[in-house]
Amino acid sequence: MVGLAATLGSGAMTNSIVDFKEADVLLVTGSNTTETHPVIGMLLRNRSRFHGAKIIVIDPRKIDLVEEADLWLQPRPGDDIAWLNGLAHIIIKENLYNKPFIDQHTEGFEAVKERVSLYTPEFVEKITGIPKDQLIRAARMYGSAKNAAILYCMGITQHSKGTDGVKAISNLALLCGQLGKPGSGVNPLRGQNNVQGACDMGCLPNVYPGYQGVGLKELRDKFENHWGVSLSEKPGLTVVEMSQAAYEGKIKAIYIMGENPMVTDPDLSHLKKAYAKLELLVVQDIFLTESAQVAHVVLPSLSSLEKDGAFVNTERRVQRVRKALNGPEGARADWEIISDLSSRFGYPMNYGGPEEVFEEIRKVTPQYAGITYARLESGGIQWPCPDTNHPGTPILHKGRIVRGKGLFVPVDYASPPELPDRDYPFIMSTGRDYYHYHAGSMTRKVRLLKEMCPESLVEINPYDADNLGIGEGDRVRIMSRRGDFVSKVKITDKVSSGVVFAKFHFAEAPVNLLTNTVLDPESKIPDLKFSTVRVEKFTG
Amino acid sequence: MRITINGRAIETEEGATILRVAQKNGLRIPTLCHMESLVPTGMCRMCVVEVQGLENPVTACNTQVMDGMVIETDTPKIRELRKEVLQFMLVKHPLDCPVCDKGGECDLQDYVYEYGIQKAEYQVEALPKEYKTYSTPAIKYHPNRCILCSRCIRTCREIVGREVLDLQETGFDTRVEAVRPERCISCGECLAACPVGALTENISSIKGRVWQTKRVSTVCGYCGVGCSLEVNVVGNRLIKVTTKEGLGTNNGVLCVKGRFGFEFVNSPERLRTPLIRDNGKLREASWDEALTYVSTKLKEIKEKNGPDSIAGLASARVTCEENYLFQKFIRAAIGTNNIDHCARL
Repeated sequence: MVGLAATLGSGAMTNSIVDFKEADVLLVTGSNTTETHPVIGMLLRNRSRFHGAKIIVIDPRKIDLVEEADLWLQPRPGDDIAWLNGLAHIIIKENLYNKPFIDQHTEGFEAVKERVSLYTPEFVEKITGIPKDQLIRAARMYGSAKNAAILYCMGITQHSKGTDGVKAISNLALLCGQLGKPGSGVNPLRGQNNVQGACDMGCLPNVYPGYQGVGLKELRDKFENHWGVSLSEKPGLTVVEMSQAAYEGKIKAIYIMGENPMVTDPDLSHLKKAYAKLELLVVQDIFLTESAQVAHVVLPSLSSLEKDGAFVNTERRVQRVRKALNGPEGARADWEIISDLSSRFGYPMNYGGPEEVFEEIRKVTPQYAGITYARLESGGIQWPCPDTNHPGTPILHKGRIVRGKGLFVPVDYASPPELPDRDYPFIMSTGRDYYHYHAGSMTRKVRLLKEMCPESLVEINPYDADNLGIGEGDRVRIMSRRGDFVSKVKITDKVSSGVVFAKFHFAEAPVNLLTNTVLDPESKIPDLKFSTVRVEKFTG
Repeated sequence: MRITINGRAIETEEGATILRVAQKNGLRIPTLCHMESLVPTGMCRMCVVEVQGLENPVTACNTQVMDGMVIETDTPKIRELRKEVLQFMLVKHPLDCPVCDKGGECDLQDYVYEYGIQKAEYQVEALPKEYKTYSTPAIKYHPNRCILCSRCIRTCREIVGREVLDLQETGFDTRVEAVRPERCISCGECLAACPVGALTENISSIKGRVWQTKRVSTVCGYCGVGCSLEVNVVGNRLIKVTTKEGLGTNNGVLCVKGRFGFEFVNSPERLRTPLIRDNGKLREASWDEALTYVSTKLKEIKEKNGPDSIAGLASARVTCEENYLFQKFIRAAIGTNNIDHCARL
């Protein structure tokens, strides 16, 4: 998000889901689309099978989508910038880039041109293991497509150089003019139902709703006016920084609404120590989650089927959530709890219901100004939607890049902060399973989903399993410098030798005890996709 | 180009099928094997229509219009033909509507009624009532109810791209079978595609007839695709999730979590009361006590250590309105920008 905001002026997905139908080439990287965004995965399969769209998968793991792919490149985890720069190198060298677009809509091309000149196919092959002719084929496919879309997800961003990875992707799209038209764009798939909405609403330490910076006086003035109080100009802490500050005693209270950091955050044993130092930990959730179990106060809330409101999907589409059921007696909607608490705290909030809150959101958030509950009755609207006659914006950067000029930013490959060594010879990457979701608080209470995927299975390559004397269904202990956990294994060539893959839904096999809290310097996203580990057969 | 349907002159573009043109102009032609998102096959023959100058009727779903075509969709001859089509479906299909999940929203039931069929004219010995396990425990297959329209098979192939199902055997023994069960992802698209009760949901014992059911249109709470779905509620219980072709960004398609993943709302483990930690243990508390406790404690901490000693984690799980109020509380009431959520995880 930070990466795209810098290069294009907006961090969100540039195009729409239906828009993938217009693409001749779909480059999918760091997204296990068929499992984590299944309905988009189905669409991609359909385009490839019945409509001749070409799919390029670039992923260290042999994900399901590989079977639909015209080309699959398998880099080592953490090497994204190398092959991204490599693609740009070939596209420039073979004159496949879009000169008129670059002249008219971008700046900084020369700097990137110079930087990527170092990333010859031979050099990239040495770093990533991608054979050079395959890289050249991919570059030609993307570079000569009429419409080409790039889809990516956490496999790109959850790295210590994740923001640079996003910038390298953005460079590629700018280079080929694949922006502002159907079937193109740079499309980060948001993993969670309302992660886009939470960002839009300013649940970020540096911006108010609508990405309006807290450091800018005129914007601060605007919100001070609306909210009737003076506001802090100092940007706040990000999620991983908060835990560190709690550990150091600088943060005394954390209020968590609807999250379960004790499963999803990196380096859990450190997090547990940090939470233990708090004077107040409040957790508001629908279940007694692992995080709620260590809280001082637990507040019972309602699920999305039990209240009204709006969610925003990955393509910036604001959609109505409608109450279908009454929740358990005693639980209250999150908006009611916050309003009540705020009023008791001395800052009264008196809202008649979610629609009244939405009306306030519209007033302070320019992208939402034209969206009303009444309009949402006939379907979702994609922001920006500046007035009530505006149809919404399915494609960003149409005719003009939001930032004015698309910015080329030269970025460099650097080896990951931890490298495999004798003690920790494997790279562990993490992700999701099709049948489960995030911390598993919801899906692991659904009988069918539990039956389909009852427990953690760590994927290991047959060659490595053989070397370690591990058989199918055996249990292994996986250790990093930060912790260890035990899990069953699945022996599969989905992962290459030297890499293991673990899913983080299972509190009893807490993958995130092992993960790294090294942060990307700009986005502050932790490097969850790359930890070095040791694997041993477990016979306990 | 100009055609005539039931005496009405209609302007239309080339390449469209008779069915599409008729639907566009508000003329109904009955269909069973047809789905908007699938390649039309004409295999059920319910959509037969007469075209002037052609000896035999044609299937409207896969016949393209031609300039000057004169079409009749509802002649006595056509009605007789459709009755025969229905009779052939009833050769195997039991009239067990009262015990069938699909009763009340079954295309076959509706057509049999509409075409005034009183009884099944031809009958053969029924296949076993329950066939071997389907490709997913979420769904049950009833071979006798199956009208072999292949919507399930084609949906799995054309929409889901898994090719799990195919027709097996021939003649009266023909049935749908999971020929590649290992490729099944339990998305339930086959179930949604079935126009009769040949595929039924095998999870909830609590069901409800369509006229007893409240259908609330909302958005899935799982991944970021934001699929539209309809929550079916009887009383205060969720009984199933349905969709409609053409609805939402997902065009009526769902995955296993969207279709079968909401059982957790009825879980006995749901929290029903606030809890406060007392002597190391969480005990039940009233809302008044819990919120007073939190508010007092937050005030104390703010006074002693300043607003930046407090932090809030919002959530991608909750609504925009709730996230908005949460950050407003942290910023305006507490006075800090220490607000973030799981976007980075």
